[in-house]
Amino acid sequence: MGTTLAEKLWNDHLVRKGTDGAPDLIYIDLHMCHEVTSPQAFEGLRLAGRQVRRTDLTIATEDHNTPTLNIDLPIADETSRIQINTLRTNAEEFGVRIHSLGDADQGVVHVVGPQLGLTMPGMTVVCGDSHTSTHGAFGALAFGIGTSEVEHVLATQTLPLKAFKTMAVNVEGVLPRGTTAKDIILAVIAKIGTGGGQGYVLEYRGEAIRSLSMEARMTVCNMSIEAGARAGLIAPDQTTFDYVEGRPHAPEGEDWDAALAYWRTLVTDDDAVFDTEITLHASDLEPFVTWGTNPGQGLPISASVPNPEDFADESDREAAKNALEYMGLTPGTPLKEIAVDTVFLGSCTNGRIEDLRAAAEIIQGRTKADSVRMLVVPGSARVRLQAEAEGLDQVFIDFGAEWRNAGCSMCLGMNPDQLAPQERSASTSNRNFEGRQGKGGRTHLVSPLVAAATAVRGTLSTPADLDAAPSNSAVGALA
Amino acid sequence: MEKFTTHTGVGVPLRRSNVDTDQIIPAVYLKRVTKTGFEDALFAAWRGDPDFVLNQPEYTHGSVLVAGPDFGTGSSREHAVWALKDYGFKVVLATRFADIFRGNSGKQGLLTGVISQESIELLWKLIETEPGKQITVSLEDRTVTCGELTVPFEIDDYVRWRLMEGLDDIDLTLQHQDDITAFEATRAAWRPKTLPAKTEPKEHVEAARPVV
Repeated sequence: MGTTLAEKLWNDHLVRKGTDGAPDLIYIDLHMCHEVTSPQAFEGLRLAGRQVRRTDLTIATEDHNTPTLNIDLPIADETSRIQINTLRTNAEEFGVRIHSLGDADQGVVHVVGPQLGLTMPGMTVVCGDSHTSTHGAFGALAFGIGTSEVEHVLATQTLPLKAFKTMAVNVEGVLPRGTTAKDIILAVIAKIGTGGGQGYVLEYRGEAIRSLSMEARMTVCNMSIEAGARAGLIAPDQTTFDYVEGRPHAPEGEDWDAALAYWRTLVTDDDAVFDTEITLHASDLEPFVTWGTNPGQGLPISASVPNPEDFADESDREAAKNALEYMGLTPGTPLKEIAVDTVFLGSCTNGRIEDLRAAAEIIQGRTKADSVRMLVVPGSARVRLQAEAEGLDQVFIDFGAEWRNAGCSMCLGMNPDQLAPQERSASTSNRNFEGRQGKGGRTHLVSPLVAAATAVRGTLSTPADLDAAPSNSAVGALA
Repeated sequence: MEKFTTHTGVGVPLRRSNVDTDQIIPAVYLKRVTKTGFEDALFAAWRGDPDFVLNQPEYTHGSVLVAGPDFGTGSSREHAVWALKDYGFKVVLATRFADIFRGNSGKQGLLTGVISQESIELLWKLIETEPGKQITVSLEDRTVTCGELTVPFEIDDYVRWRLMEGLDDIDLTLQHQDDITAFEATRAAWRPKTLPAKTEPKEHVEAARPVV
């Protein structure tokens, strides 16, 4: 019997097979750190008199609580400032490479790794952040870890792990126009639930996945954790190789040839068996939005707010009731009639250059609804520089959006970018948990296209809901 | 890590499913650089509600949390475990736990016991009809006892052994240093290194300013 891609990656990183119920010891190729989940890990090393085993496989950046305004000034919030200074001190003391605020390679850790060419097929990648699943888009086994594990990887460059189960997520057919990678993953989560992936590595397969760009694949894998999965994976192909080639850390010459020869073997064998399998048909999909307070509480945007009484399962019913109360929504309201106060475009889910281009194309020549504020936060400083080189910043500014510096920003309420209580957002980020974007804030997760159209109309909308063509510009000029 | 064999304490019913780590500890509390002192942050948003279970005097000193399914979903923050521990919880019981949360708990000596929904319902009934009632969790026997009721719970054998011995993972792994070194010698040359650092040319990043 053949092996799945996840199993191949596992076997290729096996330092030691566990015996008598002990976990396997797995080697880690790349460890990324940020300011929030690393201070206690470095402190643990210090207390035990340990060093970082492989500083040359470790990298740090600042993202979670960095401000996106006035980055040249001291950080106003004292605890944020202490945390970031702690990361800088730790990086210096232990010899870890760091990209700090103001550096062109600072940004959301999951945007920075791939853009530097540090994420490649066939690797194991970890970070003290659940959205590390993003890097699985390259055919790497990538997953989030807790702070104890961060310390463990710093000290040993390995992790003791129990084997994951495997799930094939087949997305067959062709995506309809206006439907994106974000809509695929929101539909997957709505189908299997926030716990449906627990213990599994999801391998996304099928025509709709194969035809996605590298950045779109990252969006899909990024939210694997919202289905409870340990990791998401997509087998590498020419799209992957083209993306990696020429990046700062990409292999060159003979190393490139050797890498490529290995990467081409990274597919699930035809006769391999997954522990479980689900199938979606891309042609059935349409833009998805969430109505509740977990990412599984989502529906096609043409639907209406559900009635909790319609849920068969009691715990789902209770969860829906709590969610609607928190979200301030009434059953039966068409989702498209929900007015939002804020549109957030950014995050490790949708803060890459293609996301900014897609949104800019929709809003170019259009006017922002007066009732809405829009924040555009590039995923990394490089993405910002690239967008500025393409003139996208001016499109957003002319539209009335705020153009910010890179960081996690409004994805999580840890920095100055937050929702006020009961403020409602359409957000391209990954979590609509209670209070995620600020205490009392109400989040609807959407794709960049829906975010852009919503900023124009003021209510949850798709590009198809906008007037045929903006009068004063040529749509597609940015394509 | 302290050895865990058995624990007896007040049971706290948390009748919610999908309690994510943003609920256990909101991000705003993650800025500390210490491993302790997170007790005030536990369930911070709900603690403001006088009806919340931990605000009932009988449950305030609880140490065994009996929760709905899919406890600990979302963010990988280990602070969620630290907050539960700092508050005084030793055990969380649920039908399903998110993987990262369960892993973090095991590393920190917080016992996560998987029990059936039927057992959860029975426990809820017992500790709600008699608030302040104690629950005994025996890791040795893998049982939860509340009054007359005794039900089994599941936990990974290896995690159980580590908790009972109070062993630290890093020490265990470092016993295999030679294996790690041997593995490193076989790694292919194309595998990337972060040092020496390579980047595209450095460029100046202009600071964004507030819109006035």
